[in-house]
Amino acid sequence: MNRLSFLAPVALIGALLLIWQGACSILHTPEYLLPAPTAIVLALILNAPILALSAWRTLAMALEALVAASVFAAVLALLVSLSRTLDRAIRPLAVALQVTPVVAIAPLVVIWAGVDHPDRAIVALAAIVAFFPIFSGAVRGLTSADLDLERLFDLYGARPWQRLLRLRLPSALPFIVEGAKVASGLAIIGAVVAEFVAGSGGAEGLAWRILEAGNRLRTAEMFAAILTLALMAAVVHLCFQALEKRALAWWRGR
Amino acid sequence: MTDVVAALLAVEVDYPGRGKALGPFDLALVSGEIVALVGPSGCGKSTALRLLAGLEGPTRGTVRRAAGRGETSVVFQSPTLAPWLSATANVALPLELAGVAKAEARARAVEALARVGLGAAVNARPAQLSGGMAMRASLARALVTSPRLLLLDEPFAALDEITRRALADDLLAIWREARPAIVFVTHNVEEAVYMAGRVIVMTPGPGRSAGETRVEAPTPRPSGFRTTALFRDAAEAISDRLAAATRAAA
Repeated sequence: MNRLSFLAPVALIGALLLIWQGACSILHTPEYLLPAPTAIVLALILNAPILALSAWRTLAMALEALVAASVFAAVLALLVSLSRTLDRAIRPLAVALQVTPVVAIAPLVVIWAGVDHPDRAIVALAAIVAFFPIFSGAVRGLTSADLDLERLFDLYGARPWQRLLRLRLPSALPFIVEGAKVASGLAIIGAVVAEFVAGSGGAEGLAWRILEAGNRLRTAEMFAAILTLALMAAVVHLCFQALEKRALAWWRGR
Repeated sequence: MTDVVAALLAVEVDYPGRGKALGPFDLALVSGEIVALVGPSGCGKSTALRLLAGLEGPTRGTVRRAAGRGETSVVFQSPTLAPWLSATANVALPLELAGVAKAEARARAVEALARVGLGAAVNARPAQLSGGMAMRASLARALVTSPRLLLLDEPFAALDEITRRALADDLLAIWREARPAIVFVTHNVEEAVYMAGRVIVMTPGPGRSAGETRVEAPTPRPSGFRTTALFRDAAEAISDRLAAATRAAA
């Protein structure tokens, strides 16, 4: 059963690749329309150094955005959890920021950050999309401590900072880690979208590789860049998943 | 021996949107006595307990508390332990919040855990404890501050019969050492008779007293107490009173 569940996706992907390869060689499709898998692998190998460099650029910008978003979201969530009025004041803005598609704000941010510094615009936009899951997770966590534990803290006459450090922050940990995991994926999406909108090669991330290859109709290179991007996002996701698992294991004590 | 630790004087509690939950209700608690509150769900037992703890104020009436903040402990129906802390850290928490130095707080916590039979589990996390062990840890946390007033809100309700009997005996043994006044809320008439010197039956919401029964037996109970005529008569009387009170409300 276990071996089957491992083999099934591998077999399916293998079969699809074979059909793809076969169809390309039988139908003689032009390479700019649909390159054969072998051509894509070749493009991957030939462009490996530059793809790796671009992937690193995109990753660095996404992580930078994630750190900025985390700090900002954590501070704001803390304030919101301490005061109802602040919650009311900040909520609508945070929600508005979340529901506005990042593609729509991107041109504005690119103008503000200056066309000379596309990397700043990219980090800012990625941070905007990464902000909400961390913020809402942290707020939910900070306000969802066990009610009876809260009562015990009342009974023991805990000071507000004791309650925050010893009850609410530890209670919030699982929510914060979950928010960070979701945000890590969104930060990469944000970085790619922003680079597309910036439309210049200043940042030289993976999105630029895709754009450039597309403009020159080098479809195999385009596929190679997309594959690299998917692989990078998957690795980031797995890392954060492992981090979440470890954090939760520590938190639950098993 | 007859100083009053806490008293509820004609207290009434209204919850907005849900009407009256409790009262008028009177209860004077003498130092070192054990009182059981028995009643159907939603009769305001837990509300009465929160009033005694000072966690809530009455809508009308007066609450007198001779036991100060640090001298009152509460045990809830669920163990309510922080999952991210070890058993020792959980038990030490009330002391540390009160400003006791960490090393001393931890030492006293280990002592309290040993007293409830958890000497071997001081480093365990709550998730590693069974239901009964977690409840013992919760009891240790309540005892670590040497309270004058110990409030228990259906503490054994979620446990199996053997575990709940063992815990009841342990609780009575602990009571004999420090003699805190104990109020405990329960659904279980036999548990009430086994534990308490006074058993107060409460009516369905709004909770009022439907009368009390004294159990004239030494505490801790002699072995075989559950098979004596005294035990059966008291349990019978309380069950009848409980049935009458529930019927009258229906």
